[in-house]
Amino acid sequence: MHYLLRRIGGAALVLSLAFIVAYVMLTALPGDAVMARYGNPDLGLSAAELAQIRTAYGADRPALLQFLDTVASFLRGDLGYSVQTGAAVSTLLAAALPSTLALALLGLLVAVTVAVVIAVAATHGGLRHLGATRALRSTLRGLPSLMVSLPVFWIGIVLLQVFSFRLGLVPVLNASPLQSLILPVLTLAIPIAAPLAQVLIRSIDEVSAEPFVAVTRARGASTRWLLTRSVARNATLPALTMAGLLFGELVGGAVVTETVFGRMGVGLVTAQAVAARDTPVLMAVVVLSAVVFVVINLVVDLLYPVLDPRLRSTTAAPARREAVAA
Amino acid sequence: MSVPPLLQITDLSITYRTRRATVEAVRGIDLSVARGQVTALVGESGSGKSSAAQAAIGLLPENGRITGGSIALTGQDGSREELVSLPEHAWRGLRGTRIGLIPQDPTSSLDPVRTIGASVAEPLRIHGWHDRERITARVHELLDRVGLDDPALRARQYPHELSGGMRQRVLIAAALALDPDLLIADEPTSALDVTVQATVLDLIDELRDSTGAGVLLITHDLAVAADRADQLVVMRGGRIEESGPGAAVLAAPTAEYTRTLLDDAPSLRQGVDRRPRRPEPGQAPLVRVRELRQEFPRPGSAPFVAVDGICFDIAPGTTHALVGESGSGKTTTGRAIAGFRRPTAGSIEVDRTEVTALGGGRALRDFRSTVQLVHQNPFGSLDPRQSIAAILEEPLRNTRRGSRSQRRSAALHHLELVSLPPEVASRRPRELSGGQRQRVAIARALILQPELVVLDEAVSALDVTVQAQILRLLARLQDELGLTYLLISHDLAVVRQVADTVSVLRRGRPVEAGPVERVLEGPHHEYTQALLAAIPGAGRQADQLHPEAVPAS
Repeated sequence: MHYLLRRIGGAALVLSLAFIVAYVMLTALPGDAVMARYGNPDLGLSAAELAQIRTAYGADRPALLQFLDTVASFLRGDLGYSVQTGAAVSTLLAAALPSTLALALLGLLVAVTVAVVIAVAATHGGLRHLGATRALRSTLRGLPSLMVSLPVFWIGIVLLQVFSFRLGLVPVLNASPLQSLILPVLTLAIPIAAPLAQVLIRSIDEVSAEPFVAVTRARGASTRWLLTRSVARNATLPALTMAGLLFGELVGGAVVTETVFGRMGVGLVTAQAVAARDTPVLMAVVVLSAVVFVVINLVVDLLYPVLDPRLRSTTAAPARREAVAA
Repeated sequence: MSVPPLLQITDLSITYRTRRATVEAVRGIDLSVARGQVTALVGESGSGKSSAAQAAIGLLPENGRITGGSIALTGQDGSREELVSLPEHAWRGLRGTRIGLIPQDPTSSLDPVRTIGASVAEPLRIHGWHDRERITARVHELLDRVGLDDPALRARQYPHELSGGMRQRVLIAAALALDPDLLIADEPTSALDVTVQATVLDLIDELRDSTGAGVLLITHDLAVAADRADQLVVMRGGRIEESGPGAAVLAAPTAEYTRTLLDDAPSLRQGVDRRPRRPEPGQAPLVRVRELRQEFPRPGSAPFVAVDGICFDIAPGTTHALVGESGSGKTTTGRAIAGFRRPTAGSIEVDRTEVTALGGGRALRDFRSTVQLVHQNPFGSLDPRQSIAAILEEPLRNTRRGSRSQRRSAALHHLELVSLPPEVASRRPRELSGGQRQRVAIARALILQPELVVLDEAVSALDVTVQAQILRLLARLQDELGLTYLLISHDLAVVRQVADTVSVLRRGRPVEAGPVERVLEGPHHEYTQALLAAIPGAGRQADQLHPEAVPAS
C-alpha cells in the first residue's frame, strides 16, 4: 500500500514538472501565437487591433497569472482553443487520437513480437549446437544494433519506395484502413523493436548463465522448458523497464511516421501546431504525452512486484540486508 | 566383480576447447559409486573434479568434450547403460529420474521468482506428473523429509525468504523428488556456515541410508569427505592421486598429495606452526572495546540490534578471533572497529584513539592508516580494471605518501612480503588465482603499515590447501612485522590455528570469551560446544589418522 502511494505520488510530481517545463518553454519562445497568426502584414491589422486580440486571449496579463489560469482550466478539463483554427483543442485531439492510438498500439505489438522472435532465435540453445548456424547467430545478434541506428523517416521512405512504388504490394492511394496501416506500423515498430531485442538478448544470456537454470537442466528439462518456464519470467524484468521507456520513442516516431505517410493523427497535428506556433495545441499534446508516459511507467512499476516476489515486501527488505551485513 | 556398481567411470578424459588451446581437464580417471554408499571425490579447484561430476550428469559446459573412456550407469534390474555420447533426449529422461544433482550454491540455484513448492515440483512436472493434488502431496512429503518445518507454508514461500541452509534442504528435496539411484552432490556445503554444513551433510547421509541411493560427493575439503566417504578418490591436475576405502586412505595415505591435503585441513591437523603469544604483563592493550552496541533503523518497526554488549581487549602483536554464524554481528563489530560505521553506543579505542569520537574527514582518514581491512571475497575486493601495482599503490596515493618511484618500490616490496613474484605487478586481478588475489589484498592492507589488520572471513572462500598457505603467511607476517589481528570467522578450526584469544558471538551478543585453548578445550556455553561439534572431522583425532605425523610446515 505504501509502495503504491509512493509510486502514485512520484507520478504526480513528474506530471506537474513536465507541465511547468512545457509551459515555461512554450511561453519563452520568441513571438507569441497571436503574432504568428495575425502578425502577417497581409492581414493589415494595426498594432491596436493586435493588442485587442491579445486582450481577448488573455495574453497581456502577468505571466504567473496566465500560468495559474492555464493550470486551472487544464484541471477542469478545458484544454483551450487552437489559435490557428479557433477549434477547441479537445475536439481536435479527440478526432486525431483514435488513428494514432491504433498506429501506436499496433506498432508496439509488432515491435514486441519482432523483438521476442529475434531475441529467442539469437539465444536459442538448439542453434548453439549446430556449427553451421554460427554465422546466422551472429547476424541475428547484430541485427538490433543495425536497426537502432536507422532513422525513422528514412525507414518510412525506404519502405514506401520498395513496397509501394517498386513492388506495388501496398497501395498508396485508395488504400483500405488496414492497408494504410501496414507500412506506418512497420516504420514505427522497427526502431522500438531494436533496443528491446538488445535488452532481451542480454538478459536471456545473463539468466541462462545463472546456476538455477543449470539445476533445472539437471532435473531433465528440455531447452523449450528452460526458455518458457525458467528464463522467460526472469528475463522479462529488465525488458519491461525498457518497454516503459520506449514509449517516448513511440511518441516521437508517431510524429515522424504520420508526417512521412501523411496520416491524420496526433503526430500530424503536433507537426502542424509546431509550424504554426499554436501554443494551446502544443501544450495539450505535451500534457497528453506526459500523462500517458507517466501512466505507462506507473503500470510498469506496479507490475514489478507481481513478476518479482523479491520486490513485494518493502519493509522486510532492509531487515534482510542488515542481517547479511551483520 | 559380481555386482556391477551403480556408477562406473572408466578411463574418462575430458578436454575444453578455449580460444587459444585445448585444455585437458580430466586425464583418464577411474571411479565407481556403489548403491547406498558415498564416494567422495576430493581435490582443489582446477583438479577436474567438477568436470568429472558434470560429465556424469551430461552437463559439461558448451566447450567441454569427453574424449575417451566410459561412464556406465547400472539400473536396479541390472541393466547397464553407457552414458558417454548418449543423445540429448535420452539424457533428459535420465536427469532427475535416475540421477539427481545437489548443486553448490544454494543462494543462486533456486529460481528467485518462483515459489519453493514450484521448484520442488519441477522435476515431477518435467517427467510427466500432471495431477495437481498428487504433486502437492509429494512436494509436502519431500519438504517434510528434508526436515523443513511446516511444509505447506514453506511451499508457498519464495527463496529469498529462506536461509542458506533451508534453501539447500529445498534443493535436496527437489533432487530426491523422483527417487534417483544416484545423487551427485557438487560441493553441497561450501557456501554454508560450519554448523549448517554439518546438518546438511547429516541429512544427505541419512537420506542415502533410507533411500539406498549412491552418492558422489565432490568437495575440496578432505575433512568433509573424511566423515562420510566409503570410498575416497583424491584428484589433482585431472588425474587420480589416490583412491580406496575412506578409512584406509585417511589412516595410511600413500600419495604425497593426500598427505598435503590432510595437513592442510584445519580441522584435522595443526597446519600452521605458530607460537601462541602472551602479552607482557602490564602492557596496555592495542584495542579496547567496551559495551559496543549497533542498531540499524527499520522503517515502521523497532530498530534492528545487530550487536550489543560486546567487550574485549586485544594485546599488541596478538590475534583475537570473533566467532559466530552468519548474523551473529561479527562483521558489524569489525567494521565499527575499522571506523566504517559509528556504533550507536559504546567505546572503541585503537592505539589510544577513541574511534567513535572521530568526526570524519581528516582525523578519520588518518586513523584509516592504523587499521586495515581484508575482505572475504578476493574476487570482489580488487578493482578489475587496475593492475596489481596500481592497486597496491592506491592507498599510498590516497594518503599522499612518497614519490612515484618510492610507491612503486613499496608495492614491489610488499609483493615480495606476501611471496608473490614481481611480475605479478603488471597483471590484472582476473589473471590471478583466488589465493594469489587474497595475497594481493593482504599486501594492500599492509602497505600503509597498520597496527591492526581486520581479517573479515579472509580465508573462508578459499580451498583448504590455499587456506592453509594464507594462514601460514598471516602467521609469518605477524612474526616479522609485529602485527595485531582481529580475525573474523565462522570456522573454529581456523580460529584454533592462528588465534590467541577468542570471543564467541551469537545473535549480536557475546556468549563466551577467553584464551583460545581454554574456550576450545573446555567450552562452557552450549553454543560454543555446538560450533565445535560442527567442525568437519571433529570426531577424528589428528593422531588417530596419522600417528607418526609431526605437524608439518
